[in-house]
Amino acid sequence: MTPFLYERAADRQGALALGARAGASYLGGGTNLVDLMRETIAHPELLVDVTGLSREIEDTPEGGLRIGAGVKNTAVAGDRRVRQRYPLLAQAILAGASAQIRNMATTGGNILQRTRCAYFYDDAARCNKRAPGAGCDAVEGFNRIHAILGASPACVATHPSDMCVALAALEATVTLEGQDGGREIAFADLHRLPGETPEVETQLRPGELITAVTLPPNGLAARSTYRKVRDRASYAFALVSVAAGLELEGGVIGDVRLALGGVAHKPWRAHAAEAALKGRPATESVFREAAEAELAPARPLRDNGFKIELARRVIVDTLVKLARTEETV
Amino acid sequence: MSVIGSPVSRVDGPAKVNGEAHYAGEFAPKDLLYAATADSTCPAGTIVTLDTRDAARAPGVLLVLTHLNADRLPYQEPAERVAVDPVAGAQLRVLDGPAILFSGQPIALVVARTQAQAEYGASLVPAPYDADPPAKLRFDPALAQPTSEAAAKKKRGPETRKGDAEGAFARAPVTLDERYRLSREQHHPMEPHATVAEWTGDRLTLWSKTQWVGNERDEIARRFGLPPANVRVINPYVGGAFGSSLRTWPHVTLAAMAARRARRPVRLELTRRQLFTFVGHRGQSEQHVRLGADPNGRLLATICEATGQTSTYEEFAEPLLGPAGATYACDDRLTRYKLVPMNVNTPCPMRGPGWATGLVAQEMAMDELAERLGMDPIELRLRNYAERDPMKDLPWSSKALRECYAQGAERFGWSKRPLKPRARRDGRDLVGLGMATAIYDSGRYPTSASVALLPDGTALVRCATADMGPGTYTSMTQVAADALGLPLARVRFELGDSTFPPAKEHGGSTTMASVGPAIQEACGAVKAKLAGVADGAPITDFAAVLRRAGLDRIEAEASAKPDDAMKTHSINGFGAVFAEVRVDVDLCTIRATRIVGAYDAGRIVNPKLAHSQCIGGMVQGIGMALFEDVEWDEHLGRVSNGTIAEYIVPVNADIHDLDAIFVDTREPLLNPLGVKGVAELGLCGVAPAIANAVWHATGKRVRNLPITPDRLLTA
Repeated sequence: MTPFLYERAADRQGALALGARAGASYLGGGTNLVDLMRETIAHPELLVDVTGLSREIEDTPEGGLRIGAGVKNTAVAGDRRVRQRYPLLAQAILAGASAQIRNMATTGGNILQRTRCAYFYDDAARCNKRAPGAGCDAVEGFNRIHAILGASPACVATHPSDMCVALAALEATVTLEGQDGGREIAFADLHRLPGETPEVETQLRPGELITAVTLPPNGLAARSTYRKVRDRASYAFALVSVAAGLELEGGVIGDVRLALGGVAHKPWRAHAAEAALKGRPATESVFREAAEAELAPARPLRDNGFKIELARRVIVDTLVKLARTEETV
Repeated sequence: MSVIGSPVSRVDGPAKVNGEAHYAGEFAPKDLLYAATADSTCPAGTIVTLDTRDAARAPGVLLVLTHLNADRLPYQEPAERVAVDPVAGAQLRVLDGPAILFSGQPIALVVARTQAQAEYGASLVPAPYDADPPAKLRFDPALAQPTSEAAAKKKRGPETRKGDAEGAFARAPVTLDERYRLSREQHHPMEPHATVAEWTGDRLTLWSKTQWVGNERDEIARRFGLPPANVRVINPYVGGAFGSSLRTWPHVTLAAMAARRARRPVRLELTRRQLFTFVGHRGQSEQHVRLGADPNGRLLATICEATGQTSTYEEFAEPLLGPAGATYACDDRLTRYKLVPMNVNTPCPMRGPGWATGLVAQEMAMDELAERLGMDPIELRLRNYAERDPMKDLPWSSKALRECYAQGAERFGWSKRPLKPRARRDGRDLVGLGMATAIYDSGRYPTSASVALLPDGTALVRCATADMGPGTYTSMTQVAADALGLPLARVRFELGDSTFPPAKEHGGSTTMASVGPAIQEACGAVKAKLAGVADGAPITDFAAVLRRAGLDRIEAEASAKPDDAMKTHSINGFGAVFAEVRVDVDLCTIRATRIVGAYDAGRIVNPKLAHSQCIGGMVQGIGMALFEDVEWDEHLGRVSNGTIAEYIVPVNADIHDLDAIFVDTREPLLNPLGVKGVAELGLCGVAPAIANAVWHATGKRVRNLPITPDRLLTA
């Protein structure tokens, strides 16, 4: 680990002032960043501990919910309002990591966690994300867990979060604060595809801090679910996951949300599938068409071709199950 | 009443729970310094330059050792290699020259005031390499070479023949011809390997994680050219090892080198990533199995050609073909064993060494043969039941495998199993049942132990053995209490110190059979001594005897060694393992929902510990069958998933109903306790039983273990 300074931010202004310094990184629960420091992958010069800030979950006047970036994953998943109005989010969080990690990890930190690509984690390997322009050893190497959608020759890594897949489906917004003021952006726009600059993973500007995630009033609570396929029953990242919400009107699909995890550099909102579902009857053949539409552009690497078929099966299976579910709210 | 056979709870349990148990890396002599290594990132070649200036200037750094300034150690050859070392080749000499033999080889050692300072210093050592000669990075059976003469002397290949297996195979009416692969696995004990080294003049004390303090003393003495008496190795507790602490690895040398140069005690603890490159592994393997049978299922030919993996500098050959030689009766048999030398660190024994690996192929092949014959898998095994060891052509000392099949099947509910695959469904799950035979060869070593009767009324028993988790502390306390006629609470057993009476390796399931009899002998000897001064007082009153005689203790040491039973008989533990799996019909995720093992391990000294051993083996077998897979990058010559998050081992949520039963047997020849050993046997057969259950559930044969969802999906 490279030596670093540590400061605990007393308030938001203090955090932003510290965060503007060269080499500063905000520190949430540290469950990912500290690992990366110990593996000599991340070398922040200054850690700005923001775990004391933004720790509330509040109702919004519109009927949504605003989750402070410092709220621990366990607290979000256990919040009564989240469980009743946004069960998809609670399920997704509980599908991730371990109880111990969720107790430490924050909402903001979860969003900004880095990929699990083995070559990103090994500083003896080439990685364009770690060392832009160095090349990518994953393309020819072990890429079983890598992206099938939206990848580039420069980077085939995936975003590992479960929580973020639910946030993408729920159409959350993210509040960012910088020294020049605050802004809100759609969650779907926060993470970037790798393109030629895989080292730039989000739309965050230097020094900007995530302070909250806001959920809109519609939590898809009536029919929603998070499904995750992984190598073991707990404490493993998704091979493929699906966050899905469905509204049915007399057997016809109304609003529908579908997002995929484990398939791309960002939580993958399945717009093509959604378009193929809206206004159509909720039948297995329609679900299959929608899955095909979403996965048509998928491109396999050496080891991850199975994800295309697996994603197809998870999408169809999840939608079939949702369509059969009695409304719970 | 005998306490042997009682389910006594671990006598060391409270110390482990409340933190009084100190593991190797936790010993902290005064003025302790901390070390970390910089490791090569290139798999083969030569270090061109090594610039240690930045590391030397880093905060807290006191010493940087490289091949340019480290002492050249003598590395004296042993008179005879111990069984835990590779059969041939020359061990890695750390910091001895610029040659790189594998990626992850330590190239510099940084000593600092704190662990973090040492690690940071080590991260500042750049090393350009000349990558010549080209590295050997592919595990390709076509590149394999037959095992050496040295291996052959230990019956580890290159070939064994009986009859005309190839001819019999060609003529057989029912045949099977398949290849089975098992991924490289890592031991990954909870406790990472660590050594604390302290010199006093030319005497060295090592607190070091090891399964064999005596060998570590001798090995380090040879490496440094010291009399063995000048080296003391202490290791009272081992947080799991599974074979990874049998050898004395290079980090032990590094710690001692650093402490000598720094003139202060030094600790070197490996990181989780370094466990992949410092301390061995179960190498990749491929086994080509050909079986021929008549329509009644009688085996006419068994041929197993195995390819293993070794390093370029040592030959690690293991008894991988043990099962192919010893399990089933068949007159025409052939085994071949080859190794692919690669630029990797040398593999080493991992639980059930060789045998567990060999059983994966053999027991999956037998299941496939049963399928072709339309026969129940147990029935096929019974029709080929070996009444003698077929390869050694020796009688078994004891064998209750039939009882294992019968009692295991009964406990598991095997009789309700449909013969056809994909015949049972429960909701989304396909349900399958599979079984496999387990076999492991038993052994015993000469061992010594001492007993001291103390004035406080307790007996102190000592032996330089180890307890990596099976419960040596507890079972040996039981043996001693029984032999002395004392309650357990008045017996204390100490181990893990090379100054104690000598034992051989704590491995190969030999500890109970070896150490137990030595303790019995020592107890007998001390009782005889006591009788000489006791005037007929009962042994339980020895405190009073000591007082009257004005003695501070009565002590005796004794040895016990095997007779020629291992030459006249084949001595093995046996078992039958049954597994139920549930496979999600669409998503291809697999859960091992139920496992039952029935074992003939001889007499069971402590049923609670033995049960725990066996269900632990089942957990490990679930890992072998479904999860554990070291991803070896052939381009980089590196392990790509070198963390405990990405190297998948079972977690609690993967573990369901596990049970082990022991058939009532007593081994008549190996040792007076009647035991055959449990630990290695507990892993044997588990993975193939699960793999066979996956076939039974799905109708798909996945012959590459682990069976991950993607492999099953694309099968």
